[in-house]
Amino acid sequence: MPDPDRQDRETRSRMRTSARQAITAAGADTESLALGRRSKSEAWKSVAFLALMLFCVLVALALLVTLIIDAFIDGSSRLNADLLTQFPSGVPENAGLQSAIFGSLWVIGMMIITVVPLAVGAAIYLEEYADRSKWYNRIVELNIQNLAAVPSIVFGILGLGLIVRGPLDLGFVAYAGSLTLALLVLPTVILASREAIRSVPSSLSDGSMALGATKWQTIWHHVLPNAIPGIATGTILAVSRAIGETAPLLLVGATVFVTFNPEGPFSEGYTTLPVQIFNWVSRPQDEFRTLAAAGIIVLLFILLLMNSFAIWIRNRYARQT
Amino acid sequence: MADQLQTGADVKTAPPAIDAPDAAPNGGPTSSSAPVLSTENVHVFYDGIPAVKEVTMDIPRHRVTAFIGPSGCGKSTLLRSFNRMNDLIPSAEVTGKVLYHGQDLYGSGVDPVEVRKHIGMVFQKPNPFPKSIYDNVAFGPKVLGMKVDMDEVVENSLRHAALWDEVKDRLKQSAFGMSGGQQQRLCIARALATNPDVLLMDEPCSALDPIATGRIEDLMVRLREEYTIVIVTHNMQQATRVSDRTAFLTVELDEQDNRTGVVVEYDETEKVFSQPSDSRTEAYVTGRIG
Ligand SMILES: Nc1ncnc2c1ncn2[C@@H]1O[C@H](COP(=O)(O)OP(=O)(O)OP(=O)(O)O)[C@@H](O)[C@H]1O
Ligand SMILES: [Mg+2]
Repeated sequence: MPDPDRQDRETRSRMRTSARQAITAAGADTESLALGRRSKSEAWKSVAFLALMLFCVLVALALLVTLIIDAFIDGSSRLNADLLTQFPSGVPENAGLQSAIFGSLWVIGMMIITVVPLAVGAAIYLEEYADRSKWYNRIVELNIQNLAAVPSIVFGILGLGLIVRGPLDLGFVAYAGSLTLALLVLPTVILASREAIRSVPSSLSDGSMALGATKWQTIWHHVLPNAIPGIATGTILAVSRAIGETAPLLLVGATVFVTFNPEGPFSEGYTTLPVQIFNWVSRPQDEFRTLAAAGIIVLLFILLLMNSFAIWIRNRYARQT
Repeated sequence: MADQLQTGADVKTAPPAIDAPDAAPNGGPTSSSAPVLSTENVHVFYDGIPAVKEVTMDIPRHRVTAFIGPSGCGKSTLLRSFNRMNDLIPSAEVTGKVLYHGQDLYGSGVDPVEVRKHIGMVFQKPNPFPKSIYDNVAFGPKVLGMKVDMDEVVENSLRHAALWDEVKDRLKQSAFGMSGGQQQRLCIARALATNPDVLLMDEPCSALDPIATGRIEDLMVRLREEYTIVIVTHNMQQATRVSDRTAFLTVELDEQDNRTGVVVEYDETEKVFSQPSDSRTEAYVTGRIG
């Protein structure tokens, strides 16, 4: 019996030599393979590219910082506990944000609770179950992508006709606002969740299926836990967008001069931070402008808190993988 | 036995039999028993184009059967058709019969999930779950609802996979902290924990160094006492070392220039390597092609 190992080695070394000969014969310039310095123009190009990137980042940062500093300068005189504890009032000194803060927390909190399961469910269906060769699945997909680009006021009108009145008939309650915003951000969260689910390596689900786990067990134990960081990121984006929305909420019942906190998602009458801020900005007295600036700071701070929470969730789950 | 693959068949309750790694071999397998798997004219298609065709073969019980052949000849494809993993590839289609103890795995009413409980698989690239070592092994029995003492199953499976001594003090640590060879043995332990009847291994050593490879080869020889093993390998020495029977697959070109894998020769390993009956087999095993 011939020794296959030796033969194998010989074949391979023969192949190596001939490959080298082929390259040299084809006129490859072995000199250029030397690990020398890159040419000047190449080096210059990478520096220029870096500078451009840095410039872009700086522009974005500068705008943000200017906005925050401006708001701080304008609003610092009213940035105190009174602002957080008082209710809206026609008298600037007595006006505060308590009902708006609670309103925003209720609206956004309920929105998250509503949108995440919906979006994750839709994403699981589209990624794991939908047969893309079927026309209805392609239509669903196309629609989701298009929905992400619909102006928010359209969702406000939809919310008014469908949620406040119409089939759901909830009335002007905080949850109507939550649902409207949930519809608004649903496409974003679905797209992010799909991306997250798709990025879970298939070797993982193969491993699970090969052990005799069902598809659903595989999704539940492996796909979803590993997709949580991506889903959390999508939720951060959604919350950031929703918390600043004003126009659609005006249509579904957010008002001003609400001098009480919402008792729950289904009690009538609520306001939110951006609605209140919008109202203050549009008043003639300077004192209200100051209040609006202080309100913006509060809004940013709440946004920061919510995002930190989502980032904490993301990191907690990311560490396990 | 006839309807054991139906949905809702009795959940297995027995833990893997305990067999200390250094136990004496129990006399070796008998060759006369009925085949565990036998295929009848199996074709596997991707997008309607055959990747493997006309496979008819018997896989004997408690033996190691090796698939060898050049890259792309359909070894993995054929192997995946033995536990319906091809179902997970939307474009794949299997025709013909794969009989498992006489029951057609592709027959109507057969639940692919049930099939995979009986026929386990180990992949080319170690793919441990991003969980602890313990949870990796316990996952299978847990989702299958096996009523067992989990600590015992985990220990036995790890012992079977010759991994227990290396990891017994760090069962709660992440499996990602293990070496590649340990991860692969963990994947074998994970597959053993569900107490399968057949173990399919797709190039289980391709990512491993010779020492880790040697351990897994020892393992296969030992596991043969209790399991039926089918292994895909590119390493001819490995095939001669561990397998009892060898199937050589190669690619045939048809009229439309489709590359389709066929089983050229399937016989006792000894014979395939020393007196192959087909010239293509001879060329391959002597290293002249591939
Ligand atoms: N998911 C797939 N979709 C389409 N074609 C596939 C798919 N998987 C494999 N094939 C094709 O089927 C043929 C056989 O592939 P297979 O992976 O079974 O080969 P193999 O013998 O295992 O090769 P290797 O030794 O490189 O692993 C190849 O031509 C391959 O391109
Ligand atoms: Mg393969």
